[in-house]
Amino acid sequence: MSRFTANADGGQVSVFNPRQADTQKKKSHKSSFRQQKLPAWKPVLTTGAVCLALFIIGLLFIPIGIALSATSANINEVKIDYTGMDKSSSCFSCWKSSSWNNTCKCTVPFFLDRSFDSTVFMYYGLSNFYQNHRRFVSSRHDSQLNGNMESLMEPSKDCEPYAFRDNKPIAPCGAIANSMFNDTLDLFRNVPTVGDVRIPLTGKGIAWWTDKHMKFKNPGGQDQNLTTVFQGTSRPLNWRRPVSELDQDPENNGFINEDFIVWMRNAALPTFRKLYRIIHKTKKMPTLARGNYTLHVVYSILHRVLHPTSNHISSVPKPLQSDYPVRSFQGRKWVILSTSSWMGGRNPFLGVAYLVVGSVSLFLWVVLLVLHHQNNNP
Amino acid sequence: MKNRSQPAARMERLQSVQRRCWQLLAREPGRSRYSTHDDLHTKGSLDSHIPLQKWRETRRSILAGRGHRQHEVKDMARGYQGNAICTTKYSILTFIPLNLFQQFRRAANLYFLFLALLNWVPVVEAFQKEITMIPLLVVLAVIAVKDALEDYRRYLFDKNINNKVVQVYCGKKQAYMERCWKDVQVGDFVRLSCNDIIPADILLLHSSDARGVCYIETANLDGETNLKQRQVVSGLPLQGVEFTPESFHGRIECENPNNDLGRFRGFMEHPNGTRVGLHSNNLLLRGCTIRTTETVVGIVVYAGHETKALMNNSGPRYKWSQLEKRLNVDVLWCVVLLFVMCLTAAVGHGLWLKKLQNAVFVTDEETPPALAGFYVFWTMIIVLQVLIPISLYVSIEIVKLGQIYFIQNDMALYDQHADCRIQCRALNITENLGQIQYLFSDKTGTLTENKMVFCRCSIHGIEYPHAENARRLKLYETEKNDVQSACGGDSSCINPSLAHPHTLPVEAKEVIPDPDLVKKLSRLRSPPLPQGVCSCETTSLQEAASVMDFFLALAICNTVVVSSPRQPPNTVAEAQTSGEDMKMMFHGVSSSSLSAFPTLAPSEIREKPRCSNSVLTREKTATFTCSPPPGRTVNHEVTVETSQCRRRLDSPHEEHMENNSKNMTDERDADDALLYEAESPDEAALVHAARAYHCTLRGRCADSLTVNLPGLGTVGVQLLHVLPFDSNRKRMSVVVRHPVTGQVVVYTKGADSVIMDLAETPKGAEQAAENYDYIRQQTQKHLDGYAREGLRTLCIAKKVLEEEEYEAWLQRHTLAESSIDDREELLFDSAERLETNLTLLGTTGIVDQLQDGVPETMDVLQRAGIKVWVLTGDKQETAINVAYACGLIRPGDRLLMANCESKEACTELLEELKLEVQREAYPSRRTPEESSSGFILIIDGQTLAWALKEEARSFLEVSSSCKAVICCRSTPLQKSQVVRLVRDQLNVMTLAVGDGANDVSMIQAADVGIGISGQEGMQAVMASDFAISRFKHLRKLLLVHGHWCFSRLANMILYFIYKNVMFVNLLFWYQFFCGFSGSVMTNSWVLIFFNLIFTSAPPLIYGILDKDVAADRLMRMPELYHSVHTSQVYASLAFWFTVLDAFYQSLVCFFVPYFAYAGSDVGELSFGSPINASALLIILLHQVIESHTLTWIHVGVLVLSGGSYFAFVLIFSVCCVTCSPPTNPVGVEVLQMSHPLFYIVCALTTVTALLPRFLFRVLYNTMHASAPRQAAYGDRARRAKYRRRMRHQNLKLCVANRQPEHPDAASLELSTESVVF
Repeated sequence: MSRFTANADGGQVSVFNPRQADTQKKKSHKSSFRQQKLPAWKPVLTTGAVCLALFIIGLLFIPIGIALSATSANINEVKIDYTGMDKSSSCFSCWKSSSWNNTCKCTVPFFLDRSFDSTVFMYYGLSNFYQNHRRFVSSRHDSQLNGNMESLMEPSKDCEPYAFRDNKPIAPCGAIANSMFNDTLDLFRNVPTVGDVRIPLTGKGIAWWTDKHMKFKNPGGQDQNLTTVFQGTSRPLNWRRPVSELDQDPENNGFINEDFIVWMRNAALPTFRKLYRIIHKTKKMPTLARGNYTLHVVYSILHRVLHPTSNHISSVPKPLQSDYPVRSFQGRKWVILSTSSWMGGRNPFLGVAYLVVGSVSLFLWVVLLVLHHQNNNP
Repeated sequence: MKNRSQPAARMERLQSVQRRCWQLLAREPGRSRYSTHDDLHTKGSLDSHIPLQKWRETRRSILAGRGHRQHEVKDMARGYQGNAICTTKYSILTFIPLNLFQQFRRAANLYFLFLALLNWVPVVEAFQKEITMIPLLVVLAVIAVKDALEDYRRYLFDKNINNKVVQVYCGKKQAYMERCWKDVQVGDFVRLSCNDIIPADILLLHSSDARGVCYIETANLDGETNLKQRQVVSGLPLQGVEFTPESFHGRIECENPNNDLGRFRGFMEHPNGTRVGLHSNNLLLRGCTIRTTETVVGIVVYAGHETKALMNNSGPRYKWSQLEKRLNVDVLWCVVLLFVMCLTAAVGHGLWLKKLQNAVFVTDEETPPALAGFYVFWTMIIVLQVLIPISLYVSIEIVKLGQIYFIQNDMALYDQHADCRIQCRALNITENLGQIQYLFSDKTGTLTENKMVFCRCSIHGIEYPHAENARRLKLYETEKNDVQSACGGDSSCINPSLAHPHTLPVEAKEVIPDPDLVKKLSRLRSPPLPQGVCSCETTSLQEAASVMDFFLALAICNTVVVSSPRQPPNTVAEAQTSGEDMKMMFHGVSSSSLSAFPTLAPSEIREKPRCSNSVLTREKTATFTCSPPPGRTVNHEVTVETSQCRRRLDSPHEEHMENNSKNMTDERDADDALLYEAESPDEAALVHAARAYHCTLRGRCADSLTVNLPGLGTVGVQLLHVLPFDSNRKRMSVVVRHPVTGQVVVYTKGADSVIMDLAETPKGAEQAAENYDYIRQQTQKHLDGYAREGLRTLCIAKKVLEEEEYEAWLQRHTLAESSIDDREELLFDSAERLETNLTLLGTTGIVDQLQDGVPETMDVLQRAGIKVWVLTGDKQETAINVAYACGLIRPGDRLLMANCESKEACTELLEELKLEVQREAYPSRRTPEESSSGFILIIDGQTLAWALKEEARSFLEVSSSCKAVICCRSTPLQKSQVVRLVRDQLNVMTLAVGDGANDVSMIQAADVGIGISGQEGMQAVMASDFAISRFKHLRKLLLVHGHWCFSRLANMILYFIYKNVMFVNLLFWYQFFCGFSGSVMTNSWVLIFFNLIFTSAPPLIYGILDKDVAADRLMRMPELYHSVHTSQVYASLAFWFTVLDAFYQSLVCFFVPYFAYAGSDVGELSFGSPINASALLIILLHQVIESHTLTWIHVGVLVLSGGSYFAFVLIFSVCCVTCSPPTNPVGVEVLQMSHPLFYIVCALTTVTALLPRFLFRVLYNTMHASAPRQAAYGDRARRAKYRRRMRHQNLKLCVANRQPEHPDAASLELSTESVVF
């Protein structure tokens, strides 16, 4: 039987039997779909049709470009490098003196030549810091950070070699948490008559709402005493304090500490900034008026253990440096003060790019128009 | 060419061998039943040379009988396979392991597996372990579901088949019981009724037909719808009465199951030791249908998978597609690209790591940079895996299925006559249709209708032009389109075979007799008055006898089955009564020219008084009422003759003619009921022709034929043997006892070349020999004339055997017939022995009309740049004529004839032709458009054989510069050799189209094999990749579907590669900003789904639905077809162009967001978000630019794809809190998409990325939009001009080379006159 043939392999062959074939089936359906005659738009991209498109692109992009440039230009931004590369700077000496003193302070004076009128965002910036390194990125335990008690005691293998310390689980585990930025920054305005006035910095609201309320949770719920919750865990190697002592405010302590949360969101590029504090706009006064300012940097001593030889580190770490270390990888540290707009921070690139693409489109439009004209009237 | 089913088949074979071994071993102890073998072995004279071991291996033994030997029978049946069939590949338990095993034999899946496993190595792990499994799982699941559905379909089908009910004899109850097919076993007696489907291979033991025949229809097996006759095993009496299996105690020995449908060998041994040979004529094959026979009983010989039908089961062939070969090169380049990228990352990572000391973000500082680089290499392979477009292979399969769906649904490829659509049997070579460079075509049935209509004949050296008939044929041709299948009417419901194409519409088959011939036939009935010139009378009498013999041969020398819608075929035959006394007009001949025509010696001729309504017969009855009993005395005959003559004289001639014509119509009324079902259309045409001259074949049974003869009425002709047609012998013969003379006569019908050689000058009287020579010469002349006219010629010859001669031959022939092992060879020899010293009777010319639309199609194909070769088994003249008729040869063309007598001459000739072609080719090469007028090589089979063997290169050189090549007299093997030679040596895409079994090898050899489901069974269709019903369908199939399929697939592949390169490069650029560490800025789910879901459907739609040029334009301008495959040269250019564009787009797509976000507080995933979104937009819009047509389906799919991405990432970013560590997307996309910056970046990126491609398209379209049209126009004008010029020249120069276009009818007539004088 022909059907056997159809059956033999794959079975895809249509059964052929001239007589018994169902005539109704055989009579091909004349639908336009089956006959491939569906009404179709044929995008024949010829000069005439395309001129319009180019013109529209040009017409749209140039105003957008202008708007973007203007917006970008209106954004105030100041970058203060406090790496301490210069020997004269106080931060240099701080870096040099690796004493057992609890802290080392350095100050960086700077001058604002424009007043910042709207809310100012204060960032710390690092360069050459590869927070996006593959092994680094994965060296965290999201479940632990989400308040899972089991994960707290059993950190994921991804965290290694920062998973256990003295046979105690590290909370929060992993390299990201371990390398948390820990310079304390303060801003003072030098008012000639009064002296240094501390600028009020708000640390609340610097983390994403979703992070603070969904992604990061302290183990055991909100009302728990964090010290007891984190009992039996160990602090990360480089940390001075356990995670339960990050802040006095219980709303900002433990895993839901906003500085911690901000740090835990990996930056996309090796040179990045992270929001540190917000200087809210006060009534009628410019947020940061034109004038002299001083940046106070308080270094905590960072315990550096760069080569953990085993998963369970028992040796007492040696203090090596007092500041947040970036020099080993030719990094820099900044404080950035910036206002914001609908398009985010200052970025002249987008405006320029829009203008360029818009102008190119218009130029091509002209060229094609001429070509088209010539083609039609040879 | 890869046969997918091969391993499976091999496995089956292995299993069957094992089974057989096991059976043999198991049987060894119980030898009692085999004791007969031993004495058989010693006894059997035929088989004495076969060692015992071989005997057992090649035979199976079946014990019949359900009574006392039941145990034995059961034992036996256990050894053989039951009738249950199982065509499924898997069972529920074995599905998963077996299917996985099958799937992992594909390299693509192994690659996926490798990647998945690689991801489990901790140091190189790139994603979550589960995620890299997804592509693999998806691909496996898709294919597994497809396989499972197919298998389930097969299972249902098997179940359906297995549970069919059949009546099987039950030994206990002594009655036939209903049983399922699957319970039928070897050795069972099965009773079948009319229209039952045969459940297993059954040996026919009993038929309700008194003559022990049974008719089966094998349409299910080979597609042939004519009835075939099967014969009860000879030596079994009891036909017609109830058959009791109890009384049957024979033992059947036959060969082991094999797949040869036409062969069955064995013997049946009765309890008394007599043996009867069995052959295929006794076997009812599984799957066939019993027709027109009330009941039959048979014993099951082979069951289930051992039946011939199932053994013949080979699945669809797998041909490699050309495009896929090229694709593999592209994929290889992708691999190279991947390697380079991974290496870059590895080296970069090593260097980067070396520079760093004590960096807080380096978690693993113990690993030396070099080793870390090495690890990164493998990580990158996982990360960039998408670059290797493995899913492309799956996509291509899906796209091809879609393309095939559309091809099959095309109304333009639907033939209303046959109610059949194009069948796509090969699923993976659709795009090959778009690249055909050489087309090899069969002639008969492919270019022509293969509806044979008798046109003219030449008997005894005299041509009968049948002018009236020719006029009618012409008329018919013009009306052909209106004539719809005429057999649809009342009769079709009774006999389904009416729908069979061989039974032509009546108008077409009907032959208007030639008046001359009618006159001669009537003169036969009323011999002229004895005239003075004796020789003249002798000649005319000889001639008359020849005419008579000629038509008798036409009527009986065939295997035509006669059936009548009112009566089953067997009863038609019963109407005859033979053996009644009758005297013949042959007596006159016998008295005067016995020496030349010994056949015509009188014998017992009986007339049936009542039956015929022929005037002649009535006259005869009147004349011979007092005719004496049969005698052989010449004197007696003479008296009768004179009396008859006198009687004749009285009747005026005109009146007789009138009567005759009236009688004709009467008879036609009676005969219209007869239906002829022939194996080949030629036979049917000849039988119909004979009928026009009142030589009507009325019935056929195993050993006799019933024929209406003019002047004789219905007579029975004892059929002694049929030596069936054989392509080696190129002839068939019947051995009959002549109804008139009672002598044993061999009538042979066959190809002219063979018969003319065999019909040698008989020894005997000099004058007769001379005369005969003259007849032969004339006949040869007519043959050539017919061939020039494009007619198919067949020669008819006869031979009278002396009784002793016959006896001698018969003895050896019987021996051959009963032989089991070399039956075929022995029968062949036997036939050869018989068919010698034939006497030529005449020749027939059968017209085979050109299919409609063939010339147009030929023209279009040639304009499309396809070289057409015609490979035919026909005569050279016929082939050339058909080539002229179908426009392959144009008036301006020069014919190069290659007919050589020897190998050396062949070599020489080819060299000569080569020079000639080169000399001429140069001037014309300057303007390629002029190639439309060129050389045509015509080569005959003998020369072709030498050319193929020795001079392949020069043959190719000559033929490749010819516009067309015609190979005539070629064998099937040569056809495939030619195709293979061209395909392999010239490295071109070849297409072979044919309709008959002789084209099968050619169809299989070509890159694309097309079968025409025509008049000659289904073998060609079964072997083909595509089966069409008309040659003209090739036009749309190639020009439109081929073009589309190719351009669609080629574009889709490019698009697919573009898509992958573009997307993967985004990840690659990121490596420069993450220390080459293998980081990605995307959530890994999005990364995997990007290729698997979000951008998978648009390319499929693009590959299935895109139309680069509208169908009607493709049909109008075949030159566009050519442009597709010339652009192949630039294919690699297109590949690199695409890759470069992909690089550019990915650069834009990455660096615009990079600069937009550089230095900001952007997080890793937030950075990836606009990149992914714009990449998606770019990829989708890129397709819009590249698409030539957009329908609502395109739009829908594009919108859905885009929508699915945004829906997925948004939902994911809301819901997935910890589900995808370490790249948790929670909040990212929602936040990003709430910023205007996101849209600003996406817009800029998309526009900038697509601008160059956009502009390129514009410029390309502007430059190319009108180019083909102008080119085509210019082409045509120039060609027309050139053709005019060439025609002018050729008229002067090439007359010698040219074959006359039309045969010179006048000269033919002249020659016939000179014969008749």
